[in-house]
Amino acid sequence: MLTRTALEALARRPAAFLASGWPWRSLAYLLSSTVPGLVVAVTALSISLVGRVPLMVPAGIAAAGLAVPPLARFERWRLRLVDSTPTPRASAGRRRDAAVALFSLFVFWWIDLLVVGATVGGPVVLILSPVLQPTDGAWALAAAFTASAMGLLLLLVAPYTFTAWAGARGALVRTLLAPRETELAEVLRSRARLVDAFETERRRIERDLHDGTQQRLVALSMRLGLARLDLPPDSPLAEQLAQAHEEAKLALVELRELVRGVHPQVLTDRGLAAAVRNVAARSPVPVDVDLSLPRRPPQSVEVAAYYVVSEALANVAKHSRASRAAVRGRLAGGVLTMEIRDDGVGGADPARGTGLTGLADRVAVVDGRLSLSSPAGGPTTMRVEIPCAL
Amino acid sequence: MRVVIAEDAVLLREGLVGLLERFGHTVVASVGDAASLVAAVEEQRPDIVVADVRMPPGFTDEGLRAAFALRAAHPGLAVLLLSQYVEQTYAAELLGSAGGAGIGYLLKERIGDVREFADALVRVAEGGTVIDPEVVRQLLGWRRDPLRRLTPRELEVLALIAEGRSNGSIARALFVSDAAVAKHIASIFAKLDLPPTADGHRRVLAVLAYLQAESR
Repeated sequence: MLTRTALEALARRPAAFLASGWPWRSLAYLLSSTVPGLVVAVTALSISLVGRVPLMVPAGIAAAGLAVPPLARFERWRLRLVDSTPTPRASAGRRRDAAVALFSLFVFWWIDLLVVGATVGGPVVLILSPVLQPTDGAWALAAAFTASAMGLLLLLVAPYTFTAWAGARGALVRTLLAPRETELAEVLRSRARLVDAFETERRRIERDLHDGTQQRLVALSMRLGLARLDLPPDSPLAEQLAQAHEEAKLALVELRELVRGVHPQVLTDRGLAAAVRNVAARSPVPVDVDLSLPRRPPQSVEVAAYYVVSEALANVAKHSRASRAAVRGRLAGGVLTMEIRDDGVGGADPARGTGLTGLADRVAVVDGRLSLSSPAGGPTTMRVEIPCAL
Repeated sequence: MRVVIAEDAVLLREGLVGLLERFGHTVVASVGDAASLVAAVEEQRPDIVVADVRMPPGFTDEGLRAAFALRAAHPGLAVLLLSQYVEQTYAAELLGSAGGAGIGYLLKERIGDVREFADALVRVAEGGTVIDPEVVRQLLGWRRDPLRRLTPRELEVLALIAEGRSNGSIARALFVSDAAVAKHIASIFAKLDLPPTADGHRRVLAVLAYLQAESR
């Protein structure tokens, strides 16, 4: 298991935890709080030298204001001691910076130092008690050595205490500095909106092509066909007309293919099941389709699932050398699951094809999960699960 | 023949009227949406309806649903549906409902082949079945298993059967004798386990077998 934060390190086996660098890093993290401590001390001292109470308050506020940017930078910088996940380099906004700096100045630094003092300093003093309190008498000596033994025990558990505090403190600083969950969710929502907007635009283009261009081309082809009826078949014009007619018909075929690529109209009109059967029918590899979708999922879910099936079957045809493929779809318990299997050679690598990452993005914006299992030698299974509220 | 046309694109609707009149048919009504189509059929009682699948107001499958309603109200009414794209489930639903008698399903672009289109219209009006070659081609690609037993030539013949052609027409299209075509067709029926029956609807059944297997 990869340990990324001091808190995660605490959950490891004691031997592994104590032998790791995390206790030392936590200790360094806490001890570095002497820096804000010194800032406070020096500032307080300088202000007290001003000597006049009415001036002290604005001076204090001004000093705190000046200290905010460098302190926020310092907190961000030392966070890596207890949290190795990347921290945002840039400022997270003035209010967040101010919050972290003020916490650091007024709340954290002395608690940090107190924790180190109590957990490390205390036991050390206990251990040294035979030396520090040289007494006569057997009982007193026995007490001193007992205290020493207790100190040793306490020193052994001390890493847990100060690492726990350092981890908790680091988590709080990260929450203050880094974009929170809600902001991540907002980013996801905006990506979902973007994907939706793209899809709406594609539907509009599909409709324009079908209802505009295709109709005109059909009308043109019809006129050419009618004109051919009026010409004797052996006239010189007839051949040119026949050629023009063929061109118009070819344009219609190409347009039909093009429109299907832009947006599968059947998906809008007839839903996921029909669209999946349609794409399976066009696959050069025979595809068994087994779908049980008692209702239509929301449009965005249908579109994402359709593109997964479509891309998976395209990959089956292109790379798998499979003789058969199967698509299985279920909608139960508020989750849509689509599974595409083939009996091909396997070895599909998600890192290689950009198609797969694009699919993962599409699936991610509808909160779905895309998984691929493709051991060398096959078989390959692609699976997508998308929640859809009842 | 008396024809009702339902097509929302004006350019195409007017073109269709011209085309059908050119071939001697009477267009008794030409309308632009499904509701007007139903009304026009009630009023005019035509021999055949030519309708676009996608029409206002929803622009999905209004034409298809109107066709179902009309066939339910007027059994035997011939319907030729025009579609912008190939969708097997449309064809399967159409054929499954009434055994395919008097049903046509063609891509819009087939209108350009004016003579063939006019022929198809007559075949449908006479109770025949016409399915777009593209639909058949996709179905052949899909239901491979029983069709693997067919030779490429037999597949070609089956595709032409699905277009509603007669033996003679198939023979001319493939440049072979009528007897050769009859032999191919007998072989297709045998390989698809279609027993000889009295009513001789095996040609339709051959196509239906695939459509219905697909719409499971």
